Formats: sequence, structure tokens, C-alpha cells
Amino acid sequence: MSANGVTVVAELAAGNLTGLSCELLGLARRLAEQIGGPVCAVCPGADERAAVELIAHGADRVYAAGEPALADYDSDGWTACVAAAAREARPAAVLIGQTTSGADLAPRLAFRLEAAVATGCVAVAVEGGALRFTRPCYGGNVRETVSFKTSFAVATVRAGCYDALQRDPQRAGETTTIELDKTAQRARVLERQRDSGSDVRLEEARVVIAGGRGMNGPEGFEVLAELARELHGAVGASRVPCDLGWCPHSMQIGLTGKTVTPELYIAVGISGAGQHMAGCGNARNIIAINTDAAAAIYKDARWGVVGDYRKVIPSLVEAIRAIRSAAEKSE
Amino acid sequence: MHIIVCVKQVPNPEAAFSMFKVDEQGKKVIPASGLQMVMSPFDEQALEAALRIRDAGSDTRITVMTLGAESVRSVLKHGLAMGADDGVLLGDAAFQDGDACSTARVLSAAIGKLGDCDLVLTGRQAADWDAGIVGCGIAELLHLPVITFARDLKVSDGVARVERVVENGFDVVEAPLPAVVTVSNELGAARAPSLRETMRAARKPIAIWSAADLGLELNEVGAAGARRVLDRLFIPPKKGACELVDGATPEEQGSNLAQRLLQAKLL
Repeated sequence: MSANGVTVVAELAAGNLTGLSCELLGLARRLAEQIGGPVCAVCPGADERAAVELIAHGADRVYAAGEPALADYDSDGWTACVAAAAREARPAAVLIGQTTSGADLAPRLAFRLEAAVATGCVAVAVEGGALRFTRPCYGGNVRETVSFKTSFAVATVRAGCYDALQRDPQRAGETTTIELDKTAQRARVLERQRDSGSDVRLEEARVVIAGGRGMNGPEGFEVLAELARELHGAVGASRVPCDLGWCPHSMQIGLTGKTVTPELYIAVGISGAGQHMAGCGNARNIIAINTDAAAAIYKDARWGVVGDYRKVIPSLVEAIRAIRSAAEKSE
Repeated sequence: MHIIVCVKQVPNPEAAFSMFKVDEQGKKVIPASGLQMVMSPFDEQALEAALRIRDAGSDTRITVMTLGAESVRSVLKHGLAMGADDGVLLGDAAFQDGDACSTARVLSAAIGKLGDCDLVLTGRQAADWDAGIVGCGIAELLHLPVITFARDLKVSDGVARVERVVENGFDVVEAPLPAVVTVSNELGAARAPSLRETMRAARKPIAIWSAADLGLELNEVGAAGARRVLDRLFIPPKKGACELVDGATPEEQGSNLAQRLLQAKLL
């Protein structure tokens, strides 16, 4: 394949483009400026409205399957659809979000198209005319930068690494419908079970409060929930509390869990192992609250408190309430 | 039913990272001497999933397969001691320094050589490179259906039924056998080898296959068959500018922290 721009795989949530999909379009535009060619977006379940949004966020061409059944991720259907689009668009790279869907799709696509693949990337850059992909490995403790011998690359990119473009409803673009080979469908999704969960989605939250091994049990997460309510945030966890059953696995942040990039990340009783930081290291501001003054988490934090969260957090909640009520009175 | 579990030997991922050094010149991660080499935990859970299928009563043969030098034999021994029936060691100097692509090529050739495979299991990713590519690669190369991130796996009437982990819940996915399934940590802890199985493991067979045994050309495997070029390997810089928020009491600490948030316009 000769290099011809960059193609993005876009995901929808309840019919809307995900934030990560918009970030990928932003990244694709920057890369396409350097290597030439258009930015294409493949969105198997896209309807007309979604296609308009993809163009407004930077796509020159949208590939849709016109199959409402593909709105939710379906491994065989999406792989066939994206492979067909990539064969037509012939891009230098296909960029996919590092989600459970993207992590499934990317390697399948790469092998099907005889390309190479880098998963969970935090940076994609053009250096000396070649695309280079940087990703965490060894439990988030090490970074590798790789390039490929193939002329076509597939990569998944973590959330929060790149900015989306300003939405521009005046942008022009076109939409193409992909013909799907339905015989390719072998694995069937029978059921989609979703947590009712908290009000604020972890991945979209502006404030995330996460608990770790130092919570010493499930009860402590109520203390975090109190602070989350005060800050309109969401509660997450490191791997240990999830493995010990203190909270559901859907709350896990880290290499094998979710990637979050909030304005404020409050890590409570979390040591700061690389595998956890791989899921939250791009937060704008990190606060570490830990009884162990030597915990690695302080090296990643903007502010640190050495102390018992069961005392520090309630007093933080009180102090925030006092500040807010004083502000209301002065208005 | 024949289940093949692909496992990888990695430096113990539970060890403190201070036990590792990164040689940026040689582009290698060097574990400290004495650091234990273990089966990647996700692969251990893939083997656990296979053992649970056998425990549920189906007549099942479980083969553990790995790729590497003679020193990786210990992960096969571990798998056999957990309860697998036999092992395959893909041991050829030509297999060394491959990437996910050349590794998947060798594993799928070996699975093809075994011939009667119903189910291929792997961990969701290896605990060293954390890439999660090989399982899907095997499926694509062998034209098999694949289901990733299993937290539960059951087999009946020639169909694999998987609870597949997604961001905010799980999907129930079915695929006809033969199929590939990658297993996630939500499956739960893998069993420890029992004394009885450990004693029996010494007598279980391990086959050793080379590229020639698999009918693979030397330019398809190892470094020669790799599509990936490692340009740089480094330890990411820490931000390292943490301000410790003090206070005579926890109340004062909480209050001082709230002030910092207010000043930074984060409230």
C-alpha cells in the first residue's frame, strides 16, 4: 500500500462520537499534514448525523456500513468493515482508540491486511518521514518507540494523549457506504450486560477519586464517594481492590483497566505502580494521599498529603463546603 | 476435546520495578539476577480456564505450548504441574528476537501441526510487552473465530460461550469451535500446582519442534520475520515536583489541600 493519509476508526456511545474518537481525528489531521493525503473515518454504525459530526471534527471522508446492527461493537463485523474501508482508503496508518473494542479490532485488522500493529500508544509522530509509535510496556514502567517495516501500520491510542480539533460545522466531506460480507460473521453477541453504576462515567469525569490497597477494605470507598459527590466526580480504583472484590472490575484504572485523563485525579492509598499510572498518568493534576511517605505515587503527584485518608478526606470535604458556603454568602 | 494453551515466560511482574534495569543502548530490559522467571499471569489464567472446562466434566486433553530457548521449559513444567497433559516447546535459535507477528506465525504453524485442536487459549496480553496481539494473530492466521478478554468461558455442543469484559459491563459472545479465546484477569486466580500433579508432571511428555519441523522458512520466523523495529527503549521521566501539603492535624491538612485546589481553580 502506498501512503495516502490517515484513517481513524470512530466509536459511538449512545449515538454520539466518543471523546477519544475526536482526539484521534485531531491526531490524524496533524499526521496527515506531514505525510500528505486525506483523513478518513470508519464508523461502522454511523448514521447521517454521526457522519456530519465526524466531518465537523476533521474527517474528509466517512466510511459507514449503513448497518444499525453494527452501532455496538461486533468483532467480525467491524473487522470486515474496517478492512474493506482500509483497502479502499489505502492510508499510511489506521488509528483506533485503546478501548476493549479497539484492542480486539487492531490486531485482527493488522494480520488481515498484512500490516504491523502497536497497541496502547501514548504518542504517534512522524520522524524522518516514518511513523513512530511510543507505548508503555513492562507494566507501565518502560516506554518503547517502534516503527514498522510494512508500508501500512495499525495502532491503538490511549485517551487523553491528543487534543480534538475545534468542531467546525462548515467543514466539507463525503460519505461512502461499505458493502459488508455477512458470511464473515462467526462470533455472535447474544447479550450486552451493562453496570447501572454511578451517575458520572469514569472516562468522562472531570474529577476522579481512586482508592487502592491502602483503603484496607470496601468500606473506605464510601468515604471516597462522599468526596466525589462534593466534587461532581467519579470513583475508581487500582487493580488490588478490584481483585480482592472490594469494588467491581469496571472501576479499575490502569494498564488492563480504564484510561482516565481528568483535570484532577485524587489517588488514595495507591502506591503508584507503573501499571496503575499507565491508566491515569495523563491526568492534569494528581493528588496523592497515602500513609507511606516513600510511596512512588508522590513522584507523579502535584500535591501530596501524608496521612490517614479516613481523617484527611472528611476534613477536605468539610473545608470545601466551608469555602463554597463562604463564596455563596459573599455573592 | 483438545485445548491448546499458549503461555509465555516473563520476569516476575509482581517484583518491584527497581529489580529491572533498562539498557537504552542495547534496547533491552534487564531483570536483576535472581529475579524469578514465571508464567505470565494472564496465561496462567488461560490455563485455569482450560482446567475449569475439564473440571466441568468434559473429556479434555490440555496442551501447553511456549516459544523460547531451553530455559523456558520451566513454564511448561509449571503448566503440567497445574494439570495440563502435555507440552510443546517451540525451541529453535531462529525463533529468537521475533515480534508478535513472527511469534503468532510460529504458534499457528505448531497448532496446525497438532491438527486436532478445538480451542486455543492465551492470556489477554503478556505481562512483559503488554501488547495483546498474538492471540488475535493466531486466529487470523488460522482463519478461526476469536473472542477476547474472557472473564468466563464455557464449552458445550461445539460452541464456546464467553463473557467478554467491556468498559462498563460484559457481553455474552458465542463462537463455533474451533476458536481462539483470550482470557482476562477478571476470570479469577489460577490454581497453584498440587503436590500430586507436580509429581505426575515429571512423566508428562514435552515435544520440541524447530522451524523445519513446522515447515517454516527461516525468513518467516524470529527477528527475520518481524515487522516491528524497536527504535528506542527508555524509562519515562517522572514529573517529580510534588508539593507536600502539611498540617499539624489531619483537619489542617484537609483544609490546606482545599486551599490549594481553590487557588488552582479546581473547585
